[in-house]
Amino acid sequence: MNDQLISVQEVSSAAEDLQARDAAEPIPEHIVEIVSDSGEGAQKCGQTFGIVSARMGNGVWTVEIIPAEIQPPARTPDGASGIRIRVGEDLMTNMGNEANLVVAFNEQVLRSRLASHAYKAGTIVLLDNMWASDSSEDIRTQYSEALNEFAEFGLEVYELPIQTECLKVVPDPRKGKNMFVLGMLSHIYSRDKEQALNEIANIFSRKSEKVISTNHDLFRAGYLFAQQNVPYHYEIAPSKLADKPMVVMSGNQAVGLGVMASGMEMVSMYPITPATSASHYLADDFHLTGGFVHQAEDEIAAIGFAIGASYAGKTACTITSGPGIALKTEMISLASMAEIPLVIVDVQRGGPSTGLPTKVEQGDLLTTMFGAPGDSPKVIIAAATISECFHFVTLARRLAESFRIPVIVLTDANLATGVQPFERPDVTIDWFAAPVDQSDWDENVPAYDWDEETGLSARAIPGMRNGGYVLTGLAHNRKGKIAYDTTSNQEGSDMRSLKMATLAGTLNRPEVHGEAEGDLLIVGWGSTLGTIEEAVDVARENGHKVSSIHLRFLSPLEPGLRDIFSKFKKVMTIEINYSDAANAPRITEENRRYAQLALLLRAHTLVDVDCWSVVSGHPLQPGNISRVIMDRVAEIEGDKKCLD
Amino acid sequence: MFGLKSDWSLNANDRYFTLDDYARSLPRWCTGCGDLGILAAIHRVCRENQILPENMVSVSGIGCSSRLPHYMNGYGFHGLHGRALPVACGVKSRRPDLDIWVATGDGDCFSIGAAHWVHALRYNMDITVLVFDNGIYGLTKKQTSPTTPEEYLTNTHPTGALLPPLNPLTVSLGVSNISFVAQMVDWNPPLLYETIKAAHDHKGTSFVRIIQRCPVYMESLNLEMMDDPTNLLLLHHENGIPVPEGVDRLFENQLEHDPSNLPAALGIAADRSKMPVGLLYRNDEALCYDELSSVGLDMSYEEKLAGVNTALDKFSV
Repeated sequence: MNDQLISVQEVSSAAEDLQARDAAEPIPEHIVEIVSDSGEGAQKCGQTFGIVSARMGNGVWTVEIIPAEIQPPARTPDGASGIRIRVGEDLMTNMGNEANLVVAFNEQVLRSRLASHAYKAGTIVLLDNMWASDSSEDIRTQYSEALNEFAEFGLEVYELPIQTECLKVVPDPRKGKNMFVLGMLSHIYSRDKEQALNEIANIFSRKSEKVISTNHDLFRAGYLFAQQNVPYHYEIAPSKLADKPMVVMSGNQAVGLGVMASGMEMVSMYPITPATSASHYLADDFHLTGGFVHQAEDEIAAIGFAIGASYAGKTACTITSGPGIALKTEMISLASMAEIPLVIVDVQRGGPSTGLPTKVEQGDLLTTMFGAPGDSPKVIIAAATISECFHFVTLARRLAESFRIPVIVLTDANLATGVQPFERPDVTIDWFAAPVDQSDWDENVPAYDWDEETGLSARAIPGMRNGGYVLTGLAHNRKGKIAYDTTSNQEGSDMRSLKMATLAGTLNRPEVHGEAEGDLLIVGWGSTLGTIEEAVDVARENGHKVSSIHLRFLSPLEPGLRDIFSKFKKVMTIEINYSDAANAPRITEENRRYAQLALLLRAHTLVDVDCWSVVSGHPLQPGNISRVIMDRVAEIEGDKKCLD
Repeated sequence: MFGLKSDWSLNANDRYFTLDDYARSLPRWCTGCGDLGILAAIHRVCRENQILPENMVSVSGIGCSSRLPHYMNGYGFHGLHGRALPVACGVKSRRPDLDIWVATGDGDCFSIGAAHWVHALRYNMDITVLVFDNGIYGLTKKQTSPTTPEEYLTNTHPTGALLPPLNPLTVSLGVSNISFVAQMVDWNPPLLYETIKAAHDHKGTSFVRIIQRCPVYMESLNLEMMDDPTNLLLLHHENGIPVPEGVDRLFENQLEHDPSNLPAALGIAADRSKMPVGLLYRNDEALCYDELSSVGLDMSYEEKLAGVNTALDKFSV
């Protein structure tokens, strides 16, 4: 029935399509935003636009603009909800700087984005003009005042009767305007109409045929409207990378798929923003690999449940965010002490405390590393891309089992909701966890038979005959017996720490992006990879000797850092967490509090590593970093001149 | 090296386990501690059922009672204070083949672990939960616990416990999907054995509150009850805990109580004038969460691989 609808429409509009494409202006990339009140479907519209673009072979990066409340007041700057899609010929690695084209459902949400420096003079704005004729004089005034503000700033505003046009198709455009806008954007950017219609059918696959056909009608109306009324028409050529099979998904979906591809059978979680959607995804698809999502009564029970499954030979995963990590800390320490393999995904959000639940921060590095009683070594890896959200979960399961240790995978709100295409992983059976070993245990081998060279030991799993032992979080000796004597705790601590050195010995030096020596080296971690590298490339094009490295392993740290640092005049980290600005009032070299990775690197390398970091809640943009780079480069080049 | 042993079916029959096969190291509880009798009863139940020691997992939290795994053969998990139940449920979730015992105390279960207590009862996974309730914190030396009697002098409330004690039976019976609630005293070995055996045989979470003597910090309370059995009320019924011949003569107060009658069980539990011993409630029909959580265990690797690819197909460009 669906297919029929589409094909009939296709025939009638094929001629129009052809004509339209002729006039399209080729562009390498564009940054598009859709902003609305919460609940108007801007995100669904943008995600679909992104997915269709990815399917057409374009590079895509999406960032959601999310208010903290579910139903914030309408028409307020604080309530701005929406999405940014950066789409281009090449692989897109970050959200970019100012938007090129914006569709706004009202002028107030636009004001909020303007205040966040999301736009520049010349940014095209397609604005619903329904508010110009609103029955409330206040609203009419607000609208005209805002338009003056926009004109002054230099936005190129087109007032369009979006509401009026939607009313021709549906009685309540609040539900459905997003699909009209998708149609508009699809014409403006010469998107494949059939792909879009199929994707709309997918979105509403759980709803009735009527819902699908109404949304198809809205899409077509928007497409035609843009064709006849919007003077912009672009073409973005497909990426060269697109000849490989690709998948497109969000970071949280990638985490969920990583769980499945690693052969883990259990995710135990408690709802927390922005981590929960990973479990939503698994709740839909985990059955395909025989897995189960346990929603526990609290964060502690969630990790306790996962630890129980892991202890019994079924390495499990718990997915949370910063406040959840705080609650799980004692359990993580137990897993470290008792050497229980476990995968913990921390989708970081803004802190401290409850902080900014829907916003991005890289604030959990130190708490995951040190937030535990005593010395609790654990592996910490940070995903830099959505592809790594997938692959690092599978890596984490293998590391956890090989090293008998909890492994924490750090992602963040930016990766969690961002959508990006990446090469389809070629999963094979050996990716999956081995079956639970139930062979007989050699009764002469103790429960913690630490190898003096590596700290590693084999693990008895319940059901193995002669392997019985009592796991305890108390200090214990090789036999697993509680031991309060003067040597056992030292030995156990040594052995657990030795595993970290053993793992570190298997790691490669980080690759330097740019020249291996120069004036300034930027060190980053996590979701800022593409942003930092884009800014570094700009600086290099302008003749500055700037390079960057991006760390994936944070505990243990990747090798060779001191040597890499020694080739640069200045080393600094760029992070999304708190640090004192060096020139802030009262801040001295002695009392300055550094960003989290910078603090670690200073301790680890004894190099005077500088840092720049913010906690605005927004993802970093290349422009922010370019300014920081230029400031530091000017300092270094100034010093050079003095020396000359 | 992996997988079941080829002779697994023969193995079980060839082996006969004695009480010693279920014991580990010598218990280090105080002389006269009620925990010793509970341990002995558990060992007897294990021998009676000829449980494979390697299939047993004893999970505990922190406290005197939580030392129990160290005195049980097989596998043990002596974890964190209050957190025995989530761990035990996690073990059972993907290893329904294992026989799970939980040892916890009044502080561990009813205070720091109270959230898990309520929810674990609701999950109703097939595990045996024994609460060693001595009404006091023993390991940390005499602090008030949720079940310390009012006005009892402790180190944290030297002028007497401030609040009336929590009633673990009414709380447990109030949890939806509850399937087994019993109460017993540690100083009646035959009845204790029968109670633990019934709990272990029950499919679902069997919750047994064991009134347990602490001769060091809580002597007075339980001595009163031991010396004067009129404080106790024996519950008996054909579907209840079997009462060995002669044992019933110890109890002046007896009541025939049908354990399928939840309102009656709540009435008995709420009556503070007598301490009921026996089975308050049992529902063999309650939903067991482990039957849900263990879904997909039989899936082959080929099926899983096909599943991953089906999942990836949905995201294909």
